[in-house]
Amino acid sequence: MIKLTNIRKAYNQGRENEFWALDGINLEIEAQRVTALCGPSGSGKTTLLTIVGCLARPTSGRVHLKERDISGLPERFLTEIRRSTFGFVFQQFNLIKGLSARDNVMLPAYPLGGDWRALHDRAETLLDSLKLGHRRDARVEWLSGGEQQRVAIARAMINDPQVVIADEPTANLDTALSREFLAILENLKEQGKTILLTSHDPLVIESTVVDTVVNLRDGRLVRGA
Amino acid sequence: MLSRNSHRALVFLTFILVAFLLTFADAASQRTSRSAALAANARLVERLGLTDLCLFTEARYTRHPSQADLHSAFQDHPIGLEHFPSGSLLPPPRSLAASYENLDRKTNRPD
Amino acid sequence: MKIWIEKQTALIDFTLASLARRKVKNFGLLLVYMLIVFLLASVMLYTSALRREAAQVLKNSPEVIVQRMVAGRHDLIPPGYLERLGRIRGVQKKEGRLWGYYYDAVVKANYTFMVPTAGAVAAGKVADGKIVVGAAVARERGLVPGNLISFRSYSGRQFSFAVADVLPHEAELVSADLLLLSEADYRAFFQIPAGHYTDIALSVANPQEVRNIAAKLAETLPDSRPILREEVLRTYESIFNWREGIVLVLLSGSILAFAIFAWEKASGLSAEEKREIGILKAIGWETGDVLKMKFWEGALISLTAFLLGYIAAYLHVFRFSAALFEPVLKGWAVLYPRFELVPAVDGFQVATLFFFTVFPYTVATIVPIWRAAITDPDAVMRS
Repeated sequence: MIKLTNIRKAYNQGRENEFWALDGINLEIEAQRVTALCGPSGSGKTTLLTIVGCLARPTSGRVHLKERDISGLPERFLTEIRRSTFGFVFQQFNLIKGLSARDNVMLPAYPLGGDWRALHDRAETLLDSLKLGHRRDARVEWLSGGEQQRVAIARAMINDPQVVIADEPTANLDTALSREFLAILENLKEQGKTILLTSHDPLVIESTVVDTVVNLRDGRLVRGA
Repeated sequence: MLSRNSHRALVFLTFILVAFLLTFADAASQRTSRSAALAANARLVERLGLTDLCLFTEARYTRHPSQADLHSAFQDHPIGLEHFPSGSLLPPPRSLAASYENLDRKTNRPD
Repeated sequence: MKIWIEKQTALIDFTLASLARRKVKNFGLLLVYMLIVFLLASVMLYTSALRREAAQVLKNSPEVIVQRMVAGRHDLIPPGYLERLGRIRGVQKKEGRLWGYYYDAVVKANYTFMVPTAGAVAAGKVADGKIVVGAAVARERGLVPGNLISFRSYSGRQFSFAVADVLPHEAELVSADLLLLSEADYRAFFQIPAGHYTDIALSVANPQEVRNIAAKLAETLPDSRPILREEVLRTYESIFNWREGIVLVLLSGSILAFAIFAWEKASGLSAEEKREIGILKAIGWETGDVLKMKFWEGALISLTAFLLGYIAAYLHVFRFSAALFEPVLKGWAVLYPRFELVPAVDGFQVATLFFFTVFPYTVATIVPIWRAAITDPDAVMRS
């Protein structure tokens, strides 16, 4: 599905505080599987996510999405690929405050200009399937952490992406809510989604839902750890 | 239809846009319906030989600005401050400046 | 096309929803903005209508008025002047006029006393002892036809007049303070001996000769000052010119308010807003989408403010007789005409107002956003 070849990523390149977050990553992410990136903070997990998710471009190396080299594409095309292929669940959820849960879920589809009524119904169906139907008109800042995460998941799913990317999904959840999240993950996997997440939560890494665990340290892969 | 904010906003905008256009229609219709009164005023001006609008009645040079003599627009001093608020709405008639030049040119001997 | 419309309406939906989050602030903003447009549009509509009306009404005023100047002051025309004018070629008709001012201590108002030319007023209305008054005079003194009124002349004598008629209300803009009386009454009241006149009105056979005649006048009567009709008209062309006090104060006040507005917008991009733009970009909005969304915000607010402000100004000026301006226009005068201006809307002026209010605001909304919107979409993940 996604193939990374010799990916390197530097921040502040050429300056005194130059820092290589990723240093030669070769990785293949299989379709319809759950892959977890695991490692301590500062290991480059999140940077790798942004590169896979077309949020950022690698300093060097190649990214192939279904045989297509996307690492050299201009931002406009990357945005389009990001919009149609990936759904994001951020660590801080990154919902837009003041808007209702449904409005937040619908946001990624606005620039596509599809039929609004259909989009509206799709958002409600998604919220219903995540047991949030009763909260659809509530402002997101009034929701609990677990509810906010489910809104974020619904938002990630609104454009029906092939790949769902989640950054530390359980970092802000207690055990019960984390288990609930894993159940949702299981469900998404059954629907045929490819899932890529970062975590250092044993609950996630040791879960049966996760197919592959990739260990990272100091911007490099740690095999067989 | 009106369930969306954008539709409500567009309906509202259309509504006020129509009202905006209606002001032009209203202006046109008032111009027609009151042209007779305007013509009557013009006739009154002609018959009585009026020269000015009756806007400010507080002083002779504001009641008849076009008939003001050379110095009344400035009262006592050319840069004296205006006493009446109407002075801030109405400049001294432009023809006055020309008349000054006139006087100047007529002087044969230096003062 | 359908997709484009759907997309824009979706963006409008979002921008409205985010505006609704700070209802009080945004509503206040809209209100201030509307007020600015209202003031500017009111002044603009009022002055252009007044100028147009002045031009239309005064186009029939006397072609040339001849004044006599003594020591820089307007003085009476002495006997013999009229005859001397007769010798100037091109003068078709000449007429000595009698008019002057009277201060009525009862209501503390100034009136213009005037002797109408023969045939100007219906026969018998202005005869000895009978007067015709302007509508504002009648209102101020509570006069109706048939009433008697007395004035104390400057010489100390008391004069009584019967009001024969009141000039129509529609004519107040030109005649509110007039008091028309007979020549004999006028001369007796102001003690002006026969043969003297206030000034002389000339009509000219060929309008193109007016300037030549004015030059000849200055030669024949060196102490006279001719006032041409075009000068009269020009006086009213420049009334409420943009340089005039009130207009300037309003204009500069509005421009300053607007600058504060725009500055607040341009520099006041909060961390919260920046974060939101980051989120939108991360979930798949292009920079262009963010800008379009903000464009709609600016356009909706400024368009609403412009249209509502303009409509309110139109109603204010042409339906409510510019009631808010009355205290300013009245000045210190007691006698003030009540008039309804005939609407004269200059499309070019409206377009200018539109451009100077809607355009800068929209730009001020977009520019700071544009600076924030070109940041990398992964910023939101790194924070």
